[in-house]
Amino acid sequence: MTSSMTPKRRWHIIVFLAPAVLIYTTVMIIPLFATLRLSMFAEINNTRVWVGLENFRTLFGDAVWSTQFWNALANNAWFFIIHMLVQNPIGILIAAILSSSRLRFSALYRSAIFIPTILSFVIVGFAWKLILSPIWGIAPGMLDSVGLKFLYQPWLGKEQYALTTLGLISVWQFVGIPMMLIYAALLSIPDEILEAAECEGITGMALFWKIKLPLILPSIGIISILTFVGNFNAFDLIYAAQGALAGPDYSTDILGTFMYRTFFGFQLQLGDPHMGSAIASAMFGIILIGVCIYLFGIQRRLRHYQF
Amino acid sequence: MNRTTRPITRTHIAAHLILLTYTVIALFPVFVILINSFKTRKAIFRDPLALPGADSFSLIGYHTVLKQGDFFLYFQNSMIVTVVSLILILLFGAMAAFALAEYRFRGNALMGLYLALGIMIPIRIGTVAILELMVATGLVNTLSALILVYTAQGLPLAIFILSEFMKGINDDLKSAGRIDGLSEYTIFFRLVLPLVRPAMATVAVFNMIPIWNDLWFPLILAPAEEVKTLTLGSQVFIGQFVTDWNAVLSALSMAIIPVMILYIIFSRQLIRGITSGAVK
Repeated sequence: MTSSMTPKRRWHIIVFLAPAVLIYTTVMIIPLFATLRLSMFAEINNTRVWVGLENFRTLFGDAVWSTQFWNALANNAWFFIIHMLVQNPIGILIAAILSSSRLRFSALYRSAIFIPTILSFVIVGFAWKLILSPIWGIAPGMLDSVGLKFLYQPWLGKEQYALTTLGLISVWQFVGIPMMLIYAALLSIPDEILEAAECEGITGMALFWKIKLPLILPSIGIISILTFVGNFNAFDLIYAAQGALAGPDYSTDILGTFMYRTFFGFQLQLGDPHMGSAIASAMFGIILIGVCIYLFGIQRRLRHYQF
Repeated sequence: MNRTTRPITRTHIAAHLILLTYTVIALFPVFVILINSFKTRKAIFRDPLALPGADSFSLIGYHTVLKQGDFFLYFQNSMIVTVVSLILILLFGAMAAFALAEYRFRGNALMGLYLALGIMIPIRIGTVAILELMVATGLVNTLSALILVYTAQGLPLAIFILSEFMKGINDDLKSAGRIDGLSEYTIFFRLVLPLVRPAMATVAVFNMIPIWNDLWFPLILAPAEEVKTLTLGSQVFIGQFVTDWNAVLSALSMAIIPVMILYIIFSRQLIRGITSGAVK
Protein backbone atom coordinates (compact mmCIF):
# COMPACT_ATOMS: atom_id res chain seq x y z
CA MET A 1 0.00 0.00 0.00
CA THR A 2 2.76 2.38 0.94
CA SER A 3 5.00 2.00 -2.02
CA SER A 4 2.36 1.31 -4.64
CA MET A 5 3.23 4.69 -6.15
CA THR A 6 6.88 3.92 -6.60
CA PRO A 7 7.77 2.31 -9.92
CA LYS A 8 10.63 0.18 -8.57
CA ARG A 9 10.17 -3.54 -7.99
CA ARG A 10 9.10 -4.35 -4.49
CA TRP A 11 11.41 -7.24 -3.78
CA HIS A 12 10.15 -7.76 -0.28
CA ILE A 13 6.80 -9.03 -1.62
CA ILE A 14 8.63 -11.70 -3.58
CA VAL A 15 10.81 -12.55 -0.59
CA PHE A 16 7.74 -12.91 1.64
CA LEU A 17 5.87 -15.10 -0.84
CA ALA A 18 8.73 -17.18 -2.25
CA PRO A 19 9.31 -19.88 0.42
CA ALA A 20 5.62 -20.77 0.81
CA VAL A 21 4.87 -20.68 -2.91
CA LEU A 22 7.98 -22.70 -3.73
CA ILE A 23 7.33 -25.51 -1.24
CA TYR A 24 3.60 -25.61 -1.95
CA THR A 25 4.15 -25.71 -5.70
CA THR A 26 6.95 -28.27 -5.82
CA VAL A 27 5.68 -30.66 -3.16
CA MET A 28 1.93 -30.38 -3.62
CA ILE A 29 0.71 -28.85 -6.88
CA ILE A 30 3.28 -30.25 -9.34
CA PRO A 31 3.06 -33.81 -7.91
CA LEU A 32 -0.73 -33.56 -8.04
CA PHE A 33 -0.67 -32.82 -11.78
CA ALA A 34 2.23 -35.21 -12.35
CA THR A 35 0.10 -37.96 -10.80
CA LEU A 36 -2.82 -37.11 -13.07
CA ARG A 37 -0.37 -37.23 -15.99
CA LEU A 38 1.18 -40.54 -14.85
CA SER A 39 -2.24 -42.14 -15.06
CA MET A 40 -1.95 -41.80 -18.85
CA PHE A 41 1.25 -43.84 -19.03
CA ALA A 42 2.13 -47.49 -18.63
CA GLU A 43 5.33 -49.45 -18.34
CA ILE A 44 5.97 -51.59 -21.38
CA ASN A 45 9.35 -53.36 -21.69
CA ASN A 46 10.82 -51.27 -18.87
CA THR A 47 10.04 -47.97 -20.57
CA ARG A 48 7.32 -45.51 -19.79
CA VAL A 49 4.91 -45.21 -22.72
CA TRP A 50 1.97 -42.92 -23.32
CA VAL A 51 -1.22 -44.96 -23.41
CA GLY A 52 -3.87 -42.25 -23.16
CA LEU A 53 -6.95 -43.34 -21.28
CA GLU A 54 -6.07 -47.03 -21.49
CA ASN A 55 -5.54 -47.31 -17.71
CA PHE A 56 -8.99 -45.94 -17.06
CA ARG A 57 -10.45 -48.35 -19.59
CA THR A 58 -8.80 -51.16 -17.61
CA LEU A 59 -9.97 -49.73 -14.31
CA PHE A 60 -13.61 -49.40 -15.33
CA GLY A 61 -13.81 -52.03 -18.04
CA ASP A 62 -11.61 -54.97 -17.07
CA ALA A 63 -13.61 -57.38 -14.94
CA VAL A 64 -10.91 -57.93 -12.28
CA TRP A 65 -10.14 -54.24 -11.85
CA SER A 66 -13.65 -52.86 -12.11
CA THR A 67 -15.06 -55.26 -9.50
CA GLN A 68 -12.37 -54.06 -7.09
CA PHE A 69 -12.92 -50.42 -7.96
CA TRP A 70 -16.70 -50.46 -7.60
CA ASN A 71 -16.40 -52.53 -4.43
CA ALA A 72 -14.00 -49.94 -2.95
CA LEU A 73 -16.20 -47.05 -4.10
CA ALA A 74 -19.39 -48.61 -2.72
CA ASN A 75 -17.66 -49.38 0.59
CA ASN A 76 -16.34 -45.83 0.71
CA ALA A 77 -19.84 -44.45 0.10
CA TRP A 78 -21.24 -46.60 2.91
CA PHE A 79 -18.38 -45.43 5.15
CA PHE A 80 -19.39 -41.83 4.40
CA ILE A 81 -23.10 -42.49 4.96
CA ILE A 82 -22.35 -43.97 8.40
CA HIS A 83 -20.47 -40.81 9.31
CA MET A 84 -23.25 -38.55 8.10
CA LEU A 85 -25.98 -40.55 9.85
CA VAL A 86 -24.23 -41.30 13.12
CA GLN A 87 -21.25 -39.01 13.72
CA ASN A 88 -22.81 -35.69 12.81
CA PRO A 89 -26.15 -36.14 14.64
CA ILE A 90 -24.35 -37.30 17.80
CA GLY A 91 -21.95 -34.36 17.50
CA ILE A 92 -24.85 -31.93 17.11
CA LEU A 93 -26.74 -33.48 20.03
CA ILE A 94 -23.77 -33.23 22.38
CA ALA A 95 -22.99 -29.69 21.25
CA ALA A 96 -26.62 -28.66 21.74
CA ILE A 97 -26.64 -30.07 25.27
CA LEU A 98 -23.27 -28.50 26.11
CA SER A 99 -24.33 -25.06 24.93
CA SER A 100 -27.99 -24.96 25.96
CA SER A 101 -27.92 -24.88 29.72
CA ARG A 102 -25.44 -23.46 32.14
CA LEU A 103 -24.18 -26.92 32.88
CA ARG A 104 -21.52 -27.71 35.45
CA PHE A 105 -18.40 -29.57 34.24
CA SER A 106 -19.19 -28.76 30.63
CA ALA A 107 -15.53 -27.90 29.89
CA LEU A 108 -14.56 -31.25 31.38
CA TYR A 109 -17.06 -33.17 29.24
CA ARG A 110 -15.90 -31.29 26.18
CA SER A 111 -12.23 -32.10 26.75
CA ALA A 112 -12.94 -35.74 27.55
CA ILE A 113 -15.16 -36.33 24.52
CA PHE A 114 -12.48 -34.82 22.28
CA ILE A 115 -9.76 -37.23 23.51
CA PRO A 116 -10.36 -40.01 20.91
CA THR A 117 -9.87 -37.43 18.15
CA ILE A 118 -6.27 -36.74 19.20
CA LEU A 119 -5.27 -40.41 19.14
CA SER A 120 -3.67 -41.90 16.05
CA PHE A 121 -5.54 -44.38 13.84
CA VAL A 122 -3.00 -46.99 14.81
CA ILE A 123 -3.92 -46.72 18.49
CA VAL A 124 -7.64 -46.54 17.76
CA GLY A 125 -7.57 -49.44 15.30
CA PHE A 126 -5.67 -51.79 17.56
CA ALA A 127 -7.42 -50.77 20.75
CA TRP A 128 -10.82 -51.60 19.27
CA LYS A 129 -9.49 -54.72 17.63
CA LEU A 130 -8.42 -55.97 21.05
CA ILE A 131 -11.64 -54.94 22.75
CA LEU A 132 -13.85 -56.61 20.13
CA SER A 133 -11.62 -59.67 19.91
CA PRO A 134 -13.21 -62.99 20.87
CA ILE A 135 -9.88 -64.08 22.43
CA TRP A 136 -9.77 -61.34 25.03
CA GLY A 137 -13.47 -61.37 25.61
CA ILE A 138 -14.16 -57.84 26.83
CA ALA A 139 -17.03 -57.29 24.40
CA PRO A 140 -18.67 -60.72 24.90
CA GLY A 141 -18.07 -60.44 28.65
CA MET A 142 -19.81 -57.08 28.85
CA LEU A 143 -22.73 -58.24 26.73
CA ASP A 144 -22.98 -61.32 28.94
CA SER A 145 -23.26 -59.19 32.05
CA VAL A 146 -26.43 -57.58 30.69
CA GLY A 147 -27.76 -60.87 29.37
CA LEU A 148 -27.19 -60.11 25.70
CA LYS A 149 -24.33 -62.48 25.00
CA PHE A 150 -26.21 -64.00 22.06
CA LEU A 151 -25.73 -60.67 20.25
CA TYR A 152 -21.97 -61.03 20.21
CA GLN A 153 -20.24 -61.62 16.91
CA PRO A 154 -16.58 -61.27 16.00
CA TRP A 155 -17.65 -58.11 14.21
CA LEU A 156 -14.32 -57.22 12.62
CA GLY A 157 -13.90 -60.73 11.27
CA LYS A 158 -17.26 -61.13 9.56
CA GLU A 159 -17.73 -59.84 6.04
CA GLN A 160 -21.20 -58.51 6.62
CA TYR A 161 -20.29 -56.52 9.75
CA ALA A 162 -16.63 -55.50 9.38
CA LEU A 163 -17.08 -52.31 7.34
CA THR A 164 -19.94 -51.00 9.47
CA THR A 165 -17.93 -51.76 12.61
CA LEU A 166 -14.93 -49.84 11.28
CA GLY A 167 -17.23 -46.98 10.27
CA LEU A 168 -18.58 -46.81 13.81
CA ILE A 169 -15.05 -46.94 15.25
CA SER A 170 -14.13 -44.01 13.03
CA VAL A 171 -17.29 -42.22 14.19
CA TRP A 172 -16.26 -42.86 17.80
CA GLN A 173 -12.89 -41.29 17.02
CA PHE A 174 -14.13 -38.17 15.24
CA VAL A 175 -17.34 -37.16 17.00
CA GLY A 176 -15.23 -34.47 18.69
CA ILE A 177 -14.86 -32.43 15.51
CA PRO A 178 -18.55 -31.81 14.66
CA MET A 179 -19.16 -31.37 18.38
CA MET A 180 -16.60 -28.56 18.62
CA LEU A 181 -17.58 -26.78 15.41
CA ILE A 182 -21.31 -26.91 16.15
CA TYR A 183 -20.66 -25.86 19.73
CA ALA A 184 -18.77 -22.81 18.45
CA ALA A 185 -21.58 -22.01 16.01
CA LEU A 186 -24.23 -22.31 18.72
CA LEU A 187 -22.28 -20.04 21.05
CA SER A 188 -22.05 -17.38 18.34
CA ILE A 189 -25.85 -17.04 18.12
CA PRO A 190 -26.62 -13.68 19.80
CA ASP A 191 -28.62 -13.81 23.02
CA GLU A 192 -31.10 -11.22 21.72
CA ILE A 193 -32.38 -13.65 19.10
CA LEU A 194 -32.90 -16.39 21.67
CA GLU A 195 -34.54 -13.98 24.10
CA ALA A 196 -36.84 -12.68 21.38
CA ALA A 197 -37.81 -16.27 20.57
CA GLU A 198 -38.50 -16.99 24.21
CA CYS A 199 -40.73 -13.93 24.40
CA GLU A 200 -42.71 -15.42 21.52
CA GLY A 201 -43.12 -18.54 23.60
CA ILE A 202 -40.64 -20.70 21.71
CA THR A 203 -38.66 -22.75 24.24
CA GLY A 204 -36.91 -26.05 24.74
CA MET A 205 -36.92 -28.39 21.75
CA ALA A 206 -38.87 -25.95 19.60
CA LEU A 207 -36.20 -23.33 20.21
CA PHE A 208 -33.58 -25.73 18.92
CA TRP A 209 -35.50 -26.92 15.85
CA LYS A 210 -36.97 -23.59 14.80
CA ILE A 211 -34.30 -21.06 15.71
CA LYS A 212 -30.92 -22.63 16.40
CA LEU A 213 -30.81 -25.36 13.77
CA PRO A 214 -31.51 -23.03 10.80
CA LEU A 215 -28.82 -20.69 12.09
CA ILE A 216 -26.14 -23.40 12.28
CA LEU A 217 -26.91 -24.95 8.87
CA PRO A 218 -23.81 -23.34 7.28
CA SER A 219 -21.62 -25.04 9.92
CA ILE A 220 -23.35 -28.36 9.26
CA GLY A 221 -22.54 -27.81 5.57
CA ILE A 222 -18.86 -27.26 6.34
CA ILE A 223 -18.79 -30.37 8.53
CA SER A 224 -20.40 -32.42 5.78
CA ILE A 225 -17.82 -31.44 3.19
CA LEU A 226 -14.96 -31.96 5.66
CA THR A 227 -16.38 -35.42 6.40
CA PHE A 228 -16.70 -36.15 2.69
CA VAL A 229 -13.12 -35.17 1.83
CA GLY A 230 -11.79 -36.97 4.91
CA ASN A 231 -13.70 -40.20 4.19
CA PHE A 232 -12.88 -40.45 0.50
CA ASN A 233 -9.22 -40.04 1.30
CA ALA A 234 -9.22 -42.32 4.36
CA PHE A 235 -6.72 -45.14 4.66
CA ASP A 236 -5.04 -45.30 8.04
CA LEU A 237 -7.77 -46.87 10.17
CA ILE A 238 -8.53 -49.68 7.72
CA TYR A 239 -4.81 -50.33 7.20
CA ALA A 240 -4.12 -50.37 10.95
CA ALA A 241 -7.05 -52.63 11.80
CA GLN A 242 -7.37 -54.93 8.77
CA GLY A 243 -4.07 -54.58 6.89
CA ALA A 244 -3.48 -53.67 3.24
CA LEU A 245 -5.73 -56.50 2.08
CA ALA A 246 -8.69 -54.85 3.82
CA GLY A 247 -10.09 -58.19 4.91
CA PRO A 248 -12.11 -60.24 5.39
CA ASP A 249 -12.21 -60.83 1.64
CA TYR A 250 -11.90 -57.14 0.69
CA SER A 251 -15.13 -56.33 2.49
CA THR A 252 -13.53 -53.26 4.13
CA ASP A 253 -11.60 -52.11 1.05
CA ILE A 254 -11.96 -48.39 0.38
CA LEU A 255 -10.36 -46.21 -2.29
CA GLY A 256 -7.35 -45.34 -0.10
CA THR A 257 -6.43 -48.97 0.63
CA PHE A 258 -7.15 -49.97 -2.99
CA MET A 259 -4.79 -47.28 -4.25
CA TYR A 260 -2.10 -48.27 -1.73
CA ARG A 261 -2.31 -51.94 -2.72
CA THR A 262 -2.20 -51.14 -6.40
CA PHE A 263 0.68 -48.71 -6.08
CA PHE A 264 2.87 -50.86 -3.83
CA GLY A 265 1.72 -54.31 -4.74
CA PHE A 266 0.97 -57.10 -2.30
CA GLN A 267 1.74 -60.79 -2.08
CA LEU A 268 2.40 -61.88 -5.68
CA GLN A 269 1.10 -58.86 -7.53
CA LEU A 270 3.72 -56.25 -8.33
CA GLY A 271 3.14 -52.61 -7.59
CA ASP A 272 1.98 -50.48 -10.50
CA PRO A 273 2.50 -46.72 -10.15
CA HIS A 274 0.48 -46.01 -13.28
CA MET A 275 -2.64 -47.87 -12.22
CA GLY A 276 -2.10 -46.36 -8.76
CA SER A 277 -2.12 -42.92 -10.38
CA ALA A 278 -5.29 -43.81 -12.28
CA ILE A 279 -7.02 -44.66 -8.99
CA ALA A 280 -5.65 -41.47 -7.43
CA SER A 281 -7.06 -39.52 -10.37
CA ALA A 282 -10.44 -41.15 -9.86
CA MET A 283 -10.29 -40.16 -6.17
CA PHE A 284 -9.36 -36.63 -7.22
CA GLY A 285 -12.38 -36.52 -9.53
CA ILE A 286 -14.72 -37.79 -6.81
CA ILE A 287 -13.44 -35.26 -4.26
CA LEU A 288 -13.65 -32.47 -6.84
CA ILE A 289 -17.28 -33.37 -7.65
CA GLY A 290 -18.11 -33.38 -3.94
CA VAL A 291 -16.42 -30.04 -3.33
CA CYS A 292 -18.16 -28.48 -6.36
CA ILE A 293 -21.56 -29.77 -5.27
CA TYR A 294 -20.90 -28.20 -1.89
CA LEU A 295 -19.57 -24.87 -3.19
CA PHE A 296 -22.09 -24.28 -5.96
CA GLY A 297 -25.07 -26.39 -4.95
CA ILE A 298 -25.27 -26.27 -1.18
CA GLN A 299 -23.30 -23.35 0.17
CA ARG A 300 -24.95 -20.82 -2.17
CA ARG A 301 -28.44 -21.95 -1.19
CA LEU A 302 -27.83 -21.77 2.54
CA ARG A 303 -28.77 -18.47 4.02
CA HIS A 304 -25.94 -16.89 5.92
CA TYR A 305 -26.86 -14.65 8.78
CA GLN A 306 -24.61 -11.81 9.76
CA PHE A 307 -24.81 -10.86 13.40
CA MET B 1 -39.50 -19.85 42.21
CA ASN B 2 -39.91 -23.48 43.05
CA ARG B 3 -42.05 -24.18 40.07
CA THR B 4 -39.40 -22.93 37.65
CA THR B 5 -36.41 -24.66 39.24
CA ARG B 6 -37.93 -28.15 39.28
CA PRO B 7 -38.07 -28.78 35.51
CA ILE B 8 -34.66 -27.14 35.04
CA THR B 9 -32.99 -29.56 37.45
CA ARG B 10 -34.69 -32.46 35.73
CA THR B 11 -33.38 -31.44 32.30
CA HIS B 12 -30.00 -30.88 33.92
CA ILE B 13 -29.95 -34.44 35.21
CA ALA B 14 -30.92 -35.73 31.78
CA ALA B 15 -28.20 -33.62 30.18
CA HIS B 16 -25.60 -34.89 32.63
CA LEU B 17 -26.70 -38.46 32.03
CA ILE B 18 -26.29 -38.18 28.25
CA LEU B 19 -22.94 -36.42 28.50
CA LEU B 20 -21.66 -38.82 31.13
CA THR B 21 -22.69 -41.83 29.05
CA TYR B 22 -20.88 -40.48 26.03
CA THR B 23 -17.81 -39.56 28.07
CA VAL B 24 -17.64 -43.15 29.33
CA ILE B 25 -17.94 -44.43 25.74
CA ALA B 26 -15.18 -42.03 24.66
CA LEU B 27 -12.76 -42.91 27.44
CA PHE B 28 -13.48 -46.60 28.03
CA PRO B 29 -11.15 -48.08 25.36
CA VAL B 30 -8.26 -45.83 26.39
CA PHE B 31 -8.81 -46.76 30.02
CA VAL B 32 -8.91 -50.50 29.28
CA ILE B 33 -5.66 -50.34 27.28
CA LEU B 34 -3.84 -48.32 29.94
CA ILE B 35 -4.84 -50.44 32.96
CA ASN B 36 -4.14 -53.73 31.23
CA SER B 37 -0.69 -52.65 30.11
CA PHE B 38 0.35 -52.80 33.78
CA LYS B 39 -0.90 -56.35 34.38
CA THR B 40 0.46 -59.85 34.06
CA ARG B 41 -0.64 -61.88 31.08
CA LYS B 42 -2.82 -64.07 33.27
CA ALA B 43 -4.53 -61.09 34.85
CA ILE B 44 -5.17 -59.49 31.47
CA PHE B 45 -7.27 -62.47 30.45
CA ARG B 46 -8.73 -63.40 33.82
CA ASP B 47 -10.30 -60.07 34.58
CA PRO B 48 -9.73 -57.46 31.86
CA LEU B 49 -11.73 -54.73 33.60
CA ALA B 50 -9.98 -54.92 36.98
CA LEU B 51 -7.36 -52.39 38.01
CA PRO B 52 -3.84 -53.76 38.42
CA GLY B 53 -3.45 -54.97 41.98
CA ALA B 54 -0.45 -56.13 44.03
CA ASP B 55 -0.56 -59.66 42.64
CA SER B 56 -1.43 -58.73 39.05
CA PHE B 57 0.93 -55.76 38.59
CA SER B 58 3.65 -56.30 36.00
CA LEU B 59 5.86 -54.22 33.75
CA ILE B 60 6.88 -57.11 31.51
CA GLY B 61 5.20 -55.57 28.48
CA TYR B 62 7.15 -52.36 28.85
CA HIS B 63 10.38 -54.35 29.21
CA THR B 64 9.73 -56.09 25.89
CA VAL B 65 8.82 -52.83 24.18
CA LEU B 66 11.91 -51.02 25.40
CA LYS B 67 14.19 -53.95 24.57
CA GLN B 68 12.77 -54.82 21.15
CA GLY B 69 11.59 -51.55 19.74
CA ASP B 70 13.54 -48.34 19.58
CA PHE B 71 10.72 -46.22 20.93
CA PHE B 72 12.92 -43.37 22.08
CA LEU B 73 14.29 -43.01 18.57
CA TYR B 74 10.77 -43.14 17.10
CA PHE B 75 9.62 -40.55 19.59
CA GLN B 76 12.57 -38.32 18.73
CA ASN B 77 11.84 -38.65 15.01
CA SER B 78 8.18 -37.77 15.50
CA MET B 79 9.19 -34.82 17.62
CA ILE B 80 11.68 -33.49 15.04
CA VAL B 81 9.23 -33.91 12.15
CA THR B 82 6.34 -32.29 14.01
CA VAL B 83 8.28 -29.37 15.50
CA VAL B 84 10.25 -28.48 12.35
CA SER B 85 7.14 -28.75 10.15
CA LEU B 86 5.21 -26.51 12.53
CA ILE B 87 7.99 -23.91 12.56
CA LEU B 88 8.17 -23.88 8.76
CA ILE B 89 4.37 -23.73 8.37
CA LEU B 90 4.14 -20.84 10.82
CA LEU B 91 7.12 -18.87 9.48
CA PHE B 92 6.51 -19.30 5.73
CA GLY B 93 2.75 -19.19 6.19
CA ALA B 94 2.91 -15.93 8.12
CA MET B 95 5.28 -14.39 5.57
CA ALA B 96 3.02 -15.26 2.63
CA ALA B 97 -0.07 -14.23 4.56
CA PHE B 98 1.55 -10.86 5.28
CA ALA B 99 2.35 -10.33 1.60
CA LEU B 100 -1.26 -11.12 0.65
CA ALA B 101 -2.85 -9.08 3.41
CA GLU B 102 -0.55 -6.06 3.37
CA TYR B 103 0.44 -5.23 -0.19
CA ARG B 104 -1.62 -4.47 -3.24
CA PHE B 105 0.05 -5.98 -6.28
CA ARG B 106 -1.06 -7.45 -9.55
CA GLY B 107 -2.20 -11.06 -9.12
CA ASN B 108 -2.82 -10.77 -5.39
CA ALA B 109 -6.32 -12.29 -5.50
CA LEU B 110 -5.21 -14.96 -7.94
CA MET B 111 -2.26 -15.89 -5.72
CA GLY B 112 -4.59 -16.10 -2.73
CA LEU B 113 -6.90 -18.42 -4.64
CA TYR B 114 -3.99 -20.56 -5.86
CA LEU B 115 -2.69 -20.99 -2.32
CA ALA B 116 -6.19 -21.75 -1.03
CA LEU B 117 -6.71 -24.67 -3.45
CA GLY B 118 -4.81 -26.96 -1.14
CA ILE B 119 -7.30 -26.48 1.71
CA MET B 120 -9.83 -28.80 0.07
CA ILE B 121 -7.62 -31.07 -2.03
CA PRO B 122 -5.80 -33.71 0.02
CA ILE B 123 -2.08 -33.92 -0.70
CA ARG B 124 -2.32 -37.73 -0.65
CA ILE B 125 -3.77 -37.69 -4.16
CA GLY B 126 -0.28 -36.77 -5.44
CA THR B 127 1.50 -39.54 -3.53
CA VAL B 128 2.80 -41.46 -6.56
CA ALA B 129 4.57 -38.39 -7.96
CA ILE B 130 5.71 -37.23 -4.51
CA LEU B 131 7.48 -40.55 -4.05
CA GLU B 132 9.11 -40.20 -7.47
CA LEU B 133 10.18 -36.66 -6.57
CA MET B 134 11.72 -37.84 -3.30
CA VAL B 135 13.48 -40.72 -5.05
CA ALA B 136 14.86 -38.34 -7.68
CA THR B 137 16.16 -35.90 -5.07
CA GLY B 138 17.51 -38.63 -2.81
CA LEU B 139 15.23 -37.64 0.05
CA VAL B 140 13.57 -41.03 0.47
CA ASN B 141 14.00 -42.35 4.02
CA THR B 142 14.92 -38.96 5.42
CA LEU B 143 12.97 -36.88 7.89
CA SER B 144 13.30 -33.95 5.45
CA ALA B 145 10.94 -35.67 3.02
CA LEU B 146 8.25 -35.86 5.69
CA ILE B 147 8.90 -32.28 6.82
CA LEU B 148 8.52 -30.98 3.25
CA VAL B 149 5.28 -32.86 2.69
CA TYR B 150 3.72 -31.76 5.96
CA THR B 151 4.82 -28.17 5.39
CA ALA B 152 3.23 -28.14 1.93
CA GLN B 153 0.09 -29.74 3.38
CA GLY B 154 -0.20 -27.24 6.24
CA LEU B 155 0.59 -24.02 4.36
CA PRO B 156 -2.76 -23.41 2.56
CA LEU B 157 -4.93 -23.32 5.69
CA ALA B 158 -2.22 -21.47 7.65
CA ILE B 159 -2.01 -18.74 5.00
CA PHE B 160 -5.80 -18.47 4.84
CA ILE B 161 -6.27 -18.15 8.60
CA LEU B 162 -3.28 -15.84 9.15
CA SER B 163 -4.08 -13.46 6.28
CA GLU B 164 -7.69 -13.11 7.47
CA PHE B 165 -6.28 -12.28 10.88
CA MET B 166 -3.66 -9.85 9.55
CA LYS B 167 -6.25 -7.91 7.57
CA GLY B 168 -7.78 -7.01 10.90
CA ILE B 169 -4.61 -5.41 12.28
CA ASN B 170 -4.67 -1.65 12.70
CA ASP B 171 -2.58 0.23 10.12
CA ASP B 172 -1.40 2.97 12.53
CA LEU B 173 1.38 0.93 14.07
CA LYS B 174 2.76 -0.11 10.69
CA SER B 175 2.53 3.46 9.33
CA ALA B 176 4.37 4.76 12.38
CA GLY B 177 7.06 2.14 11.77
CA ARG B 178 7.41 3.15 8.13
CA ILE B 179 7.71 6.83 9.05
CA ASP B 180 10.47 5.86 11.45
CA GLY B 181 12.24 4.28 8.52
CA LEU B 182 11.84 0.61 9.49
CA SER B 183 12.27 -1.85 6.64
CA GLU B 184 9.32 -4.03 5.59
CA TYR B 185 11.10 -7.03 7.11
CA THR B 186 11.50 -5.31 10.48
CA ILE B 187 7.84 -4.30 10.39
CA PHE B 188 6.85 -7.90 9.76
CA PHE B 189 9.08 -9.55 12.33
CA ARG B 190 8.98 -6.91 15.07
CA LEU B 191 5.53 -5.39 14.78
CA VAL B 192 3.18 -7.81 13.03
CA LEU B 193 4.34 -11.28 14.17
CA PRO B 194 3.86 -10.56 17.91
CA LEU B 195 0.33 -9.33 17.18
CA VAL B 196 -0.77 -12.50 15.38
CA ARG B 197 0.45 -14.87 18.07
CA PRO B 198 -3.07 -16.10 18.98
CA ALA B 199 -3.79 -17.01 15.36
CA MET B 200 -0.40 -18.73 15.12
CA ALA B 201 -1.32 -20.84 18.16
CA THR B 202 -4.55 -21.87 16.42
CA VAL B 203 -2.67 -22.86 13.27
CA ALA B 204 -0.10 -24.77 15.33
CA VAL B 205 -2.62 -26.88 17.23
CA PHE B 206 -4.61 -27.59 14.08
CA ASN B 207 -1.54 -28.98 12.33
CA MET B 208 0.08 -30.71 15.27
CA ILE B 209 -2.31 -33.66 15.64
CA PRO B 210 -2.58 -34.72 11.97
CA ILE B 211 1.21 -34.51 11.51
CA TRP B 212 1.99 -36.48 14.67
CA ASN B 213 -0.60 -39.15 13.87
CA ASP B 214 -0.03 -39.57 10.14
CA LEU B 215 0.66 -43.12 9.00
CA TRP B 216 0.44 -42.76 5.20
CA PHE B 217 3.54 -40.69 4.42
CA PRO B 218 5.90 -42.31 6.95
CA LEU B 219 4.85 -45.68 5.52
CA ILE B 220 5.53 -44.58 1.94
CA LEU B 221 8.35 -42.02 2.17
CA ALA B 222 10.33 -43.01 5.26
CA PRO B 223 9.83 -46.65 6.31
CA ALA B 224 13.49 -47.26 7.25
CA GLU B 225 14.20 -48.18 10.87
CA GLU B 226 16.26 -45.07 11.74
CA VAL B 227 13.64 -42.58 10.47
CA LYS B 228 10.46 -44.30 11.65
CA THR B 229 7.99 -42.04 13.40
CA LEU B 230 6.23 -43.12 16.58
CA THR B 231 2.98 -43.83 14.70
CA LEU B 232 4.65 -46.05 12.11
CA GLY B 233 6.98 -47.55 14.71
CA SER B 234 4.10 -48.67 16.92
CA GLN B 235 2.19 -49.97 13.88
CA VAL B 236 5.13 -52.15 12.81
CA PHE B 237 5.97 -53.23 16.35
CA ILE B 238 2.40 -54.27 17.12
CA GLY B 239 2.22 -56.11 13.81
CA GLN B 240 5.27 -58.19 14.81
CA PHE B 241 4.20 -58.85 18.39
CA VAL B 242 0.49 -59.55 17.79
CA THR B 243 0.49 -62.57 20.06
CA ASP B 244 2.41 -60.92 22.89
CA TRP B 245 -0.49 -59.13 24.56
CA ASN B 246 1.65 -57.49 27.23
CA ALA B 247 3.92 -55.98 24.61
CA VAL B 248 1.05 -54.84 22.39
CA LEU B 249 -0.82 -53.17 25.24
CA SER B 250 2.35 -51.49 26.50
CA ALA B 251 3.26 -50.27 23.02
CA LEU B 252 -0.23 -48.79 22.64
CA SER B 253 0.05 -47.10 26.02
CA MET B 254 3.45 -45.69 25.12
CA ALA B 255 1.95 -44.21 21.98
CA ILE B 256 -1.03 -42.81 23.90
CA ILE B 257 0.84 -41.23 26.81
CA PRO B 258 2.87 -38.51 24.99
CA VAL B 259 -0.20 -37.38 23.02
CA MET B 260 -2.24 -37.25 26.21
CA ILE B 261 0.41 -35.14 27.93
CA LEU B 262 0.54 -32.75 24.97
CA TYR B 263 -3.26 -32.61 24.96
CA ILE B 264 -3.45 -31.77 28.64
CA ILE B 265 -0.93 -28.96 28.10
CA PHE B 266 -2.52 -27.57 24.94
CA SER B 267 -6.20 -28.53 25.26
CA ARG B 268 -7.18 -25.00 26.26
CA GLN B 269 -5.54 -23.46 23.18
CA LEU B 270 -6.85 -26.24 20.98
CA ILE B 271 -10.45 -25.83 22.09
CA ARG B 272 -10.20 -22.07 22.03
CA GLY B 273 -8.66 -22.27 18.57
CA ILE B 274 -11.45 -24.46 17.21
CA THR B 275 -14.25 -22.55 18.86
CA SER B 276 -12.84 -19.10 18.01
CA GLY B 277 -14.40 -19.49 14.60
CA ALA B 278 -11.12 -19.39 12.72
CA VAL B 279 -12.41 -22.02 10.33
CA LYS B 280 -15.77 -20.54 9.52
